[in-house]
Amino acid sequence: MAEKNPNQLDINGPNFNPNMYLDKIFKECTLRQIMDHENEIVKDTQTLHSDMQTLVYENYNKFISATDTIRKMKNDFKKMEDEMDLLASNMESITSFSDKINSNLQESRDKISHLSGVHNLLQRLQFLFKLPATLKGRMEEKNYIQATQDYLHAQRVLQQYGDLPAFQGIKSDCVSILEELKDELRKQFSNPSASTRELMESVDLLLQLEEPAKELCLEFLSSAEKRLSEQLVILKDQSEQRDIVEFVDLGCSGFLSDLCLIIASFNDMFISRINTDNIENSEIFENFAAVELENFVKDNMQKYFDLVQGKVDLEQDIADTNTLVQALDRFYMRIEGNKFSKDINFTVMATDIINNAGRKQCKAHLSILKQAFADTLTKVRQALTTPKLISQDDSSKNLTELLNSMIVTVVEKTKGVLQDLVAFVSPEICFAKKTQFKESFCIDNVREGLVVCFLHHLTASIQNICSDGVLDLKAPPTLILLLSKFCLDFRNASVHFLLSETDEVFHINHKRNGNALTNESEISNTMQETAQYLLNYYVRLQGYNCSQMLRKSVETRDWLHTIEPRTVRAVMKRVVEDISAIDATVALLYEDQGTATGNSSDSSRKTHSISVSRHQYRSNWSSYTPSHLDSTLVSNMHKLFSERIEVFSPVEFSKVSILTGIIKISLKTFIECVRLKTFSKYGLQQIQVDTHYLQLYLWRFVADENLVHFLLDEMLGSAVHRCLEPVLMEPSVVDIICERG
Amino acid sequence: MSNENSVIYGLEFQARALAPQLAETEKICFIIGTQSLKQTNNQIHLVEFNEEISTVKKSVFHHSEGEIWKITTSPLEASKLATCYNVISGGNTCSFKTAILKLPETEDPDNIENLEIVTKFDTTEYGSDIKTTEFHPNDPTRAASVIDNNVVLWDISDSEGKCIKSIQLEGKHNPKFTTGKWNPHQNCNQFTTATETHLKTYDVRTGDLAWHIDNIHHQLLRDIDFNMNKQYHIATCGDDGFVKIWDFRQTNKPVYSRNEHSHWVWCVRFNHFHDQLILSASSDARVLLSSAASVSSENNSDICAADDPKELETKQLFLYYRLSDGPLQWCEHEDSVYCAEWSPSEPWVFASLSYDGRLLISRVKRSLKYQIML
Repeated sequence: MAEKNPNQLDINGPNFNPNMYLDKIFKECTLRQIMDHENEIVKDTQTLHSDMQTLVYENYNKFISATDTIRKMKNDFKKMEDEMDLLASNMESITSFSDKINSNLQESRDKISHLSGVHNLLQRLQFLFKLPATLKGRMEEKNYIQATQDYLHAQRVLQQYGDLPAFQGIKSDCVSILEELKDELRKQFSNPSASTRELMESVDLLLQLEEPAKELCLEFLSSAEKRLSEQLVILKDQSEQRDIVEFVDLGCSGFLSDLCLIIASFNDMFISRINTDNIENSEIFENFAAVELENFVKDNMQKYFDLVQGKVDLEQDIADTNTLVQALDRFYMRIEGNKFSKDINFTVMATDIINNAGRKQCKAHLSILKQAFADTLTKVRQALTTPKLISQDDSSKNLTELLNSMIVTVVEKTKGVLQDLVAFVSPEICFAKKTQFKESFCIDNVREGLVVCFLHHLTASIQNICSDGVLDLKAPPTLILLLSKFCLDFRNASVHFLLSETDEVFHINHKRNGNALTNESEISNTMQETAQYLLNYYVRLQGYNCSQMLRKSVETRDWLHTIEPRTVRAVMKRVVEDISAIDATVALLYEDQGTATGNSSDSSRKTHSISVSRHQYRSNWSSYTPSHLDSTLVSNMHKLFSERIEVFSPVEFSKVSILTGIIKISLKTFIECVRLKTFSKYGLQQIQVDTHYLQLYLWRFVADENLVHFLLDEMLGSAVHRCLEPVLMEPSVVDIICERG
Repeated sequence: MSNENSVIYGLEFQARALAPQLAETEKICFIIGTQSLKQTNNQIHLVEFNEEISTVKKSVFHHSEGEIWKITTSPLEASKLATCYNVISGGNTCSFKTAILKLPETEDPDNIENLEIVTKFDTTEYGSDIKTTEFHPNDPTRAASVIDNNVVLWDISDSEGKCIKSIQLEGKHNPKFTTGKWNPHQNCNQFTTATETHLKTYDVRTGDLAWHIDNIHHQLLRDIDFNMNKQYHIATCGDDGFVKIWDFRQTNKPVYSRNEHSHWVWCVRFNHFHDQLILSASSDARVLLSSAASVSSENNSDICAADDPKELETKQLFLYYRLSDGPLQWCEHEDSVYCAEWSPSEPWVFASLSYDGRLLISRVKRSLKYQIML
């Protein structure tokens, strides 16, 4: 409704409501406006009126002319009707005439058709009589197809009327010729040089001549077999000379296409064709043929696969992965592209071959990697044993360089191998898309078989350098230290890098294959263990080297008859020097954060305070005389109050810890040696000087200097116990001697 | 302490000599000698361990001759023992001596007796450093001393030991013997010695070198022990921290080698009854009981190699129960341990002596015991 309102007020609209309009005007406009509006409307009405008049006038004329035209048409139609009637009568007379003619000609037409029938029969008879001659002619021309067709043409007649004496001769002639023909065809069939097409042709003809299909099919297969085996022999001969791509191409174009052709023609000839003839028989035969074919294909493919496998195996030693993959891809595509058999899936076998190739390639790479690593080791060992490295300053650079280059070499080599192997799974390669292949290759072969195996080999071979039970003196200590660091660094960075690189490049999914994958942490742990083992070994080795020196020095001296100490024994200096050298070497690989500098900055204070405390100890010792106090009691009391110091704690991967370990072993040895001796007063004082000297120089290398002090105290204590006349030297004198030394 | 069922016996003095009373087969007895430079103070303690009530009964004797470095006991006479001791004479000189002593039959609880010297030895002509005097395993009239670079074979039937034969080691840098031991096999005609890193065994009838293994350890060879049940096996230990077992018919490689200690190993002992149990004492203040099951005489895994499934099953069971090589039990001391000995009468008891004079008598853990006996 709301919409209609404006329409009702539209003066030109179809729903115009004059009353409402007027109401609206009266309501909304002033009188003057209404008057103007009225004038306007009157004027409009007038124009509309005149317009209507002109329109009516014009249309009226048109109407009059239309009436005239209709009238004229009426007259014309009447004339046409008359003419049509005339036409109908004429047609009727024509029909009657034609009927008459037809009946007149009927008789002669019958005669003609009879005559032509006789002619045909005669012609056929003539063909029959001529058949032997024709066949012979065809035979001579070697036009076997035509001959067969001719024979088949006449065959039924001969069969039907062959018993009549007139035809007997012909039939026997034909049969003999036919035998000849069959012989000929068979000969062609079994001719080894015949092409597959020729073969097919003769089989086709023989079949048409109703030879037993079974026999034929077997014969066909055997001759096909012969030719395929020739192909195989050729392939075999070629396999050693040609490279693998050529070999595969040769196989594809020769053997496989032949096989395809044979299968196709076999199917055409024996399987699809028989269908049409005789349904019951054909089914049995078809099954038979299919089985035969299956076996045949299987055998031959097997042989071919064996050959390819052999070739691939041959290729491994010198394989260039790209060519190999290319060749394998072609091979695979060819196998996949053709469906050789209904039941047997040859792609699976092909995948197996490719898989094997992949595995072998991985193995070959693995052994190359191993070899390379062994070479690197040898090289590093040689580099370390050349004397310039040990003594000079530039050794510092070389050692870290050596380490880095070692890591880089190993990582790069492995990466190179991965890059090489990635060809196997590149997206263009057809077989790489198969999950079956991909999983086994990527996970079993590349990740587990190559990368993980190599990492395990790394640890194993490193560990072998200092295997249990055999202390190999030939392995220089620095090498062991270096290898330990190598393991550590490798664990920290490269293991993860290599594994994630592998996972990424070979798209290994951790969630899906989690179980089959060796955990990264497992490898890291073994690496860590190896590093720890080597480090322990290093500490022990260096410790024992120092020990040996100390032991000899104590054992060879007569401590009962020694003069008053004037200097520090040379051995002590030597030990300190050695330890400094070790420190320098270790520092190249393990840079401790700040501890060393922190120590040295306030070294003066520390030494001072320590010597004060030591002085107190000394005063203890010097104060008691054998008669006064039982020394054992004192030492036990002292032990009771001092915390038990773990002398042989595990070594950590830091310079301080390494040196602490070495120093601990050396000092412990010193203690043991001292305990085995008996000292005079001067002997004891010599030990006192030596321990003080060691204390002056060794504290800086260890993390907890109390440890050194504890061991040195213990040493001096032991010496006191082993002394016949335990009188210690004045500390100030000891200081002077040590400073002078 | 790592082992709850061990008993501690403390001495007032430092000590490094411990010996089981070999001829005593009823009681568990160990003999300790103290090492103190004050001559009058040195003692010999005979410690008897009562296993049932885990108590220790001691008898103390004076050893006034000097500080004791080594004690050995006679395997035939329970009361006889030999000591190597250091005598201080004058103010500033001391010299090593060795003698055979006799423990008294009856003990006087009020009075500490001085042990009677049965046989004295005059060793001056052989050298100054006496390492050990070893009783012959089955001839009560024989003993051998290891002095500097000599092995001296004594007739000890009299109060003065008579030298029967002396075997001298020669070589560069005046090599000395570290220790020596009779080979209990081969009719006890062989005496094995350790010198530096080498092992040398002499035939005492001829004085010739019978066999030897060179560079047996990386550093000084400290101690040796024969396996009572396997006649070609010998255990060695040394300053390189290794314990090794050798089959001395093939000397290129040890049949067993472990590196469990972190300092010198001073002593190694086969258990007399179950020779897969090996005791080693080290100056890292620990005694280790470890298993060498793979080379033990009780290792009959070869016998079990049968096809019969039933036997195979038992074999697997057997393998499951069988010990693998490696550490079994640690005993912690406060100071270096120089001696550890099995009791000759009780297969599951052993004693270890640390330098601070503490004797620890321990038992093999019960679980291990069952594992071995099964």
